[in-house]
Amino acid sequence: MTTITKNKAIDLFLENNPNFSTFENLRKSGLEFLEMKGLPHLKEEEYKFTQISKKIEQNVSSFKSAIKTELTAENVKSNLFEGFDGDVVVFNNGHFDAELSSISAQNYSFLKLSETQPDLLGQIAKNEKDPFAALNSLTFEDGVHISVEKGKKVEKPIFLIHFNKANEGQIINSRILIEIAENAEVTFIENTVSLDEEVYFSNAVVEVKVNQNAHGYYYRLQNENRKAISANNFATDIHRDATFTSVATQLQGDMLRNNLTLNLLDSGCVGNMYGLYLLNGKTHVDNHTNVDHTKPHCDSNELYKGILADSSRGVFNGKIFVRQDAQKTNAFQQNNNILMSEDAIVNTKPQLEIWADDVKCSHGCTTGQLDEEALFYLQARGIGKEHAKGLLLYAFAGEVFEHIAYEPFKEYCIQLVQERLGSSF
Amino acid sequence: MSKDNQILEELTSKDYEHGWSVDMEVDEAPTGLNENIIRWISAKKEEPQWLLDWRLKAFKTWLDMKEPEWANVTYPKIDLQGLKYYSAPKKSNKPKSLDEIDPELLQIYERLGISLNEQKKLQGIAVDAVLDSVSVGTTFKETLSKMGIVFCSFSEAVKEHPELVKKYLGSVVPMTDNYYAALNSAVFSDGSFCYIPAGVRCPMELSTYFRINAANTGQFERTLIVAEEGSYVSYLEGCTAPQRDENQLHAAVVEIYAAKNSEVKYSTVQNWFPGDKNGKGGIYNFVTKRGICAGDFSKISWTQVETGSAVTWKYPSCILKGDNSIGEFYSVAVTNNYQQADTGTKMIHIGKNTKSRIVSKGISAGKSQNSYRGQVQVMKRATNARNFSQCDSLLMGDRCGAHTFPYIDIQNSSAKVEHEATTSKIGEDQLFYCNQRGIATEDAVALIVNGYAKEVLNQLPMEFAVEAQKLLALTLEGSVG
Repeated sequence: MTTITKNKAIDLFLENNPNFSTFENLRKSGLEFLEMKGLPHLKEEEYKFTQISKKIEQNVSSFKSAIKTELTAENVKSNLFEGFDGDVVVFNNGHFDAELSSISAQNYSFLKLSETQPDLLGQIAKNEKDPFAALNSLTFEDGVHISVEKGKKVEKPIFLIHFNKANEGQIINSRILIEIAENAEVTFIENTVSLDEEVYFSNAVVEVKVNQNAHGYYYRLQNENRKAISANNFATDIHRDATFTSVATQLQGDMLRNNLTLNLLDSGCVGNMYGLYLLNGKTHVDNHTNVDHTKPHCDSNELYKGILADSSRGVFNGKIFVRQDAQKTNAFQQNNNILMSEDAIVNTKPQLEIWADDVKCSHGCTTGQLDEEALFYLQARGIGKEHAKGLLLYAFAGEVFEHIAYEPFKEYCIQLVQERLGSSF
Repeated sequence: MSKDNQILEELTSKDYEHGWSVDMEVDEAPTGLNENIIRWISAKKEEPQWLLDWRLKAFKTWLDMKEPEWANVTYPKIDLQGLKYYSAPKKSNKPKSLDEIDPELLQIYERLGISLNEQKKLQGIAVDAVLDSVSVGTTFKETLSKMGIVFCSFSEAVKEHPELVKKYLGSVVPMTDNYYAALNSAVFSDGSFCYIPAGVRCPMELSTYFRINAANTGQFERTLIVAEEGSYVSYLEGCTAPQRDENQLHAAVVEIYAAKNSEVKYSTVQNWFPGDKNGKGGIYNFVTKRGICAGDFSKISWTQVETGSAVTWKYPSCILKGDNSIGEFYSVAVTNNYQQADTGTKMIHIGKNTKSRIVSKGISAGKSQNSYRGQVQVMKRATNARNFSQCDSLLMGDRCGAHTFPYIDIQNSSAKVEHEATTSKIGEDQLFYCNQRGIATEDAVALIVNGYAKEVLNQLPMEFAVEAQKLLALTLEGSVG
């Protein structure tokens, strides 16, 4: 197996990797996988439309991990949205920043990964599932471990906020492990803020374990600078009668790749995935979602919507697996896209793989443009064309935010989207 | 079957005997595949030099290619060197009368409503020449040739219309297209050639004629259909009767060329031996089918009913190059026992205002795996392209699988593309409703399945729609309960 040499980036990653002594098993298996597979090349089905390895090779000049940058309390404060009240966990170039974070640890415990059991990692986001997950296992230094206590509800949301500004090393690694114990409930908000307009490659892994009858909500916003390259692996194990909801919004970046995996491991669980990508410029966003129904009586719902302007590109791949034991499954998936310009591209592949017969599964996918008649209707009533367009686009996109249960964040997202639709679409 | 259908059926399935298919010499190429074998085949068929060169070129390309592994099917590797690439049917092995045929098979024929003469033909029994079929066949041929339509075997076409063959062969499916297409290009045995001149509307379903003509075209079939400006043709390949073929691998290539304002309708009914209940044996059916709507306002429509073969790997596609051209794909794929099917279509929109429609109905029963794999691609130039795709799967039994892999790639903002897919099983309440009214479960399943597949079956030429319905019921027999 010599694919590794075909791929310059991987060699550079390995050369610049400081050989950590921690998490030995995890790093070893990550390395083994990478040595065997390398980073994804063009012909690989999973990365067919997203040539992220090439992008990294061409744009990243220093493969060292980025060190902490200058960050003030003011930075943090200015990025909290109106009405937010809760704990803040700050990451500075991927490194946890204890000083700027405010952690009440009420009803949950907060630890650095180096303080927890090393074998907890890599159980959910497995190295062999994705080369970037494996790469993260190899190169991350430390991360955070949040575990919500049994039967408790964390009343206020926990805000995970990443500040990225890579100068010397351009590689940003972050790793988060979340455990939600039985009957517990928690809401997370995650945002990434670029502090300048320079290139960086951020490679993140988030692992979430949702135990019996627990409920997790995870709202994610990606609005990075126009040179940002990012690979995210987000994987969740959902146990009996538990629910998990993810709402992901992508607004800007150079190339963003998100792998979202929900494993429905026992009966009665529900997994929801909602997403919106609102792209312009040359932004390339790739959402790969994967729901694995392994046991009976589980539901999954998925809705991803995209609006693409300029020469942006949206890639969507939604996989639904229904295993033989997973009778009585309900799985729904939908992907709708609106193309706003001649140069925008959509590649979508909604994929169903079903081995059980007593199931209801469906997927739908559309690509089109704004309804001329609706536009005319509004214009006939004295609403300017641009404004009318904005209204219609917002009506299209807004559906996704209906699934955000935390009002202040929902308002914030709506505001962001409206501003964007008003200015550049 | 209604009386009309019966009459039609009888009329159309009369036998036809024509020299080339029966008088072939008993001959076999040595085992294996190399340049000499290809030369041997070419010489045997008395082919011109250019065709031999073409075959050799294809063979050289093929040598550098790898067997595709992306399809959602598993099967033991085929030893391509262990095959014989040319074998004419041996007369001595043929049964002399229907009495020598497996009675089980005869029963199936009867249930499908296939006429006696045709049964004989299907089993390779030499039919007495006194039958009026000869005249029917000759009339067909006369009518067709009067209109300028060329319809003959591929080898005949090479001899009599070399300029046409030379012009269109490989123009839609180039020899470099894929592994099996390259293999086919190198060793293709025979097939059909069909040329419809400008402005001619082919007066009959070429199906009928073809059905008679098609026996023993061999495992590497090559079909080429050319429809000139403003012409129309409807063509049917295959037949509903089970085919117990000895050849394990079938790698056919079908090319369709549709010029301005022309329309080609291509229907397939495939019922090769699917292997036994335990998944032993059966045919591997690896087919490349593609049509190009080269001219404006042209239309190509594919309809397929796939019930046979152990492994099917087939994607009839349309390249919509001409403005306002239309591509259609209607498919019913049924898999039972250990069958595997990976089938679907590609619609490539290049011209303006191009439209395509995909209706795929998968039915999996037993321990089979049924996949739909399709691509809708709208190129940048294809303003106002329109596509609608629907792919439904029906699951019967908890050991089978249904998979959908649709690729939708859009590069034009004026495109409207819709795709929807559902997977479910036959509702217990529907079955109960039927039972209650005295319809046995098995019949009820057949009824429901036929209703489910109706949209596709309606696209088949009439005489085959009826047989296809029966075929669906037969294939699924024993899969319920």
